[in-house]
Amino acid sequence: MPSEPAVRTGPTAATPPKAQNGHRAATPRDARADRKNVAHDVRKDVREDGRADARTDVPRQDPGDGASTPTLRVLTEDGTRLPDPDLDRWLADLDPAALDDDAREAARTTLLRLFEDMVVARRIDAEATALQRQGELALWPPLLGQEAAQVGSARALRDDDFVFSSYREHAVARVRGAELVDLVRVWRGVAVSGWDPYAIGMASPQVIIGAQTLHATGWAMGVQNDVDAGRVDASAGLPVGVAYLGDGAMSQGDVNEAFVFASTYRSPVVFFCQNNQWAISEPVALQSRVPLAERARGFGMPGVRVDGNDVLAVLAVTRAALDRARHDGGPTLIEAVTYRMGPHTTADDPKRYRDAAEVEEWTGRDPLARFEAYLRSVGVLDDAGAARVQGVADAAAAELRAGCVALTDPPPLSLFEHVYAEPHHALERERAEYAHYLESFGDGEDGDDGAGGPGAAGDRAASGAATSVTGVAR
Amino acid sequence: MSTLTVAKALGAGLRRAMTDDDRVVVMGEDVGRLGGVYRVTDGLQAEFGPRRVLDTPLAESGIIGTAVGLAYRGYRPVCEIQFDGFVFVAFDQILSQLAKMHARTGGKVRLPITIRIPVGGGIGAAEHHSESPEALFAHTAGLRVVSVANPQDAYTVLRQAVACDDPVIFFEPKRRYHLKGEVDLDPVDPLPMDRARVVREGHDVTLVTWGGLVGTALDAAVAASDDGVSVEVIDLRSLSPIDHDTVAASVRKTGRVVVTHEAPRQAGLGAEIAATVTDRCFEYLEAAPVRVTGHGMPYPPAKLEGHYLPDLDRILDGVDRVLGRVETFVPAPVPDAAAPGGAPGSPGATRTVEAVAR
Repeated sequence: MPSEPAVRTGPTAATPPKAQNGHRAATPRDARADRKNVAHDVRKDVREDGRADARTDVPRQDPGDGASTPTLRVLTEDGTRLPDPDLDRWLADLDPAALDDDAREAARTTLLRLFEDMVVARRIDAEATALQRQGELALWPPLLGQEAAQVGSARALRDDDFVFSSYREHAVARVRGAELVDLVRVWRGVAVSGWDPYAIGMASPQVIIGAQTLHATGWAMGVQNDVDAGRVDASAGLPVGVAYLGDGAMSQGDVNEAFVFASTYRSPVVFFCQNNQWAISEPVALQSRVPLAERARGFGMPGVRVDGNDVLAVLAVTRAALDRARHDGGPTLIEAVTYRMGPHTTADDPKRYRDAAEVEEWTGRDPLARFEAYLRSVGVLDDAGAARVQGVADAAAAELRAGCVALTDPPPLSLFEHVYAEPHHALERERAEYAHYLESFGDGEDGDDGAGGPGAAGDRAASGAATSVTGVAR
Repeated sequence: MSTLTVAKALGAGLRRAMTDDDRVVVMGEDVGRLGGVYRVTDGLQAEFGPRRVLDTPLAESGIIGTAVGLAYRGYRPVCEIQFDGFVFVAFDQILSQLAKMHARTGGKVRLPITIRIPVGGGIGAAEHHSESPEALFAHTAGLRVVSVANPQDAYTVLRQAVACDDPVIFFEPKRRYHLKGEVDLDPVDPLPMDRARVVREGHDVTLVTWGGLVGTALDAAVAASDDGVSVEVIDLRSLSPIDHDTVAASVRKTGRVVVTHEAPRQAGLGAEIAATVTDRCFEYLEAAPVRVTGHGMPYPPAKLEGHYLPDLDRILDGVDRVLGRVETFVPAPVPDAAAPGGAPGSPGATRTVEAVAR
């Protein structure tokens, strides 16, 4: 007769829950229950405040629902262009109906480029996700759903602006000029960054949440020093530091310190927050009781809330914020209200924490479908044009795949490169020790990156290996 | 040559660095109009303007994080952290950003940032004002860590730190700010920043230290010589990388080494030095390396810091121990909690006496 299964006698007998989604689950079910209650209470409070639950409130929020910051948009979900007295002037170059022939052609080109950027972003994102599923990438943070927020903002930038992003801004990186294969080096594990920041005006992506907002602010402070020193001509409009952050980052101390510094020094920086509603499993209601854009006021800078799935509105508000920064107006916080359609990363399972109905609802606000409908309505896009764009996207996906699978592992001794900018005798000694060890295998490959002196392979390496055995036996 | 205090020498070093390179900016809390709480930056803002000598908001992570951005744009920021205990607020920006940026960008981005930190105890300060966090930074690859002990190094090493393309944690021992000495403002061929200095030669014992304890160690060496013991004193200066070559050369001569520092013993730099000396000089050693350090605890209230900090007597005791003149105290083994009454066969406290007597 098998004995009864062990009966739990109290909380201490519970199996500690496995940490999930990057969260510590330190103590058993009490803590877990507490957190659940907190989340529940926050959502409830928000509802009682007259604001809809953060799961469902955006981007339909309007001034009547209690928020003092309206969500700006110029395209409805079915692609109808709405007039907006504040935003239209930032989009004057993009109205095919109101322009003369030359300007109309330029407008069509720009509009089509926005569309192509978004379609390509979605396509390469899907390809990278597939590459992860096929074991070619260790991880991938999908941007699905955030194409308009990224493309609309990135296309507003000047070449001499500088972007400090988080880790999901693949479309921004591509617009800035990153090679497609550069997007996946990190996630394949062959490099810790994909590109030369100075070559494309974009820093290496940041994983520590919010840390980059301080870097953007410091960079912008440097612009001000450059003006003092005569290195930058202020009359041409200042270069601007642009920080991309997420809704979760808004809770971080660094972000709040960045706001203080930027506002205090009136630095030319734009904080572009993609509120995609979820910080892994934490809803935005856990991060903020008020719309994120409203935080700006307390720091002494404007906060703008824009429909992040409306590429034209995003372009307009970003142009406005950049213009303000360029002309000594100081920083702006933009909250682009959007939605992360997929998981946080390919390691995440969003079905555990969000409703299918919510995803379904946001699917109806697709940024690509909306913009495509608009472009077709104004005659900028037809079936042939759409097919051409899809061809460009497919080619990009193929290029990404080919580049990814062709990436090779870096040589072992490259470990020791670039830790320091100047010679460091302790590290050089460690490198020599490890090179010597690798040489002991005698295959002439491991040390063969030109640094360790592979000439010693062969007999001496073989005798080195023998010495090791002796050493162990001793 | 000028006669300057450590604090004035630091200010002179900053002034020269700022004059030589208009990309050098000084930033921190109270560094502008006040001239810093230790007056190191006195007069700099009036001379160079508020954008090159920035009074910052009270946000240490913000100071370091914005310095990272400034360096991204080609500047060479010198950040002042007001007191050692406040640097922890900026720890992420230092460890995760500053230390790694050159490596993570494949060498494309250099962050030549110097972080000046008044460090250590001995001035009767309140809590969070007397810490010795050097091991935390020395353990972090990508950073260089230096500690100055006299006016000449204050001036010279600070300029070397500012000129260095790597981030440098620059420790200034608070209790030596008012130490005066001759400073050559244009030294020819100064000792590189990453080299230790033998500040007193001797042949019986090597005494390794840095920062605020260098003066104490020199006093101990004088006292030891009265007792017939010749102590060689090494001011390590660079805590990352450590100049083990200079230490090893000394130990090969003396056969004995004592390391003294203010930080707690466990996982402190004394352990690193003792281990490396053992590794490199094993056949030369006449005795196991000895450490004389702070205790494993938060820094105590001011009235007790005399019991925490290594002083002349404790250093001499360490010298006596490495010479075998007094026994090292060996505490009782930790009882085995699983066995009632302790581990079987454990003789308990009585063994301590035997061990000491041995």
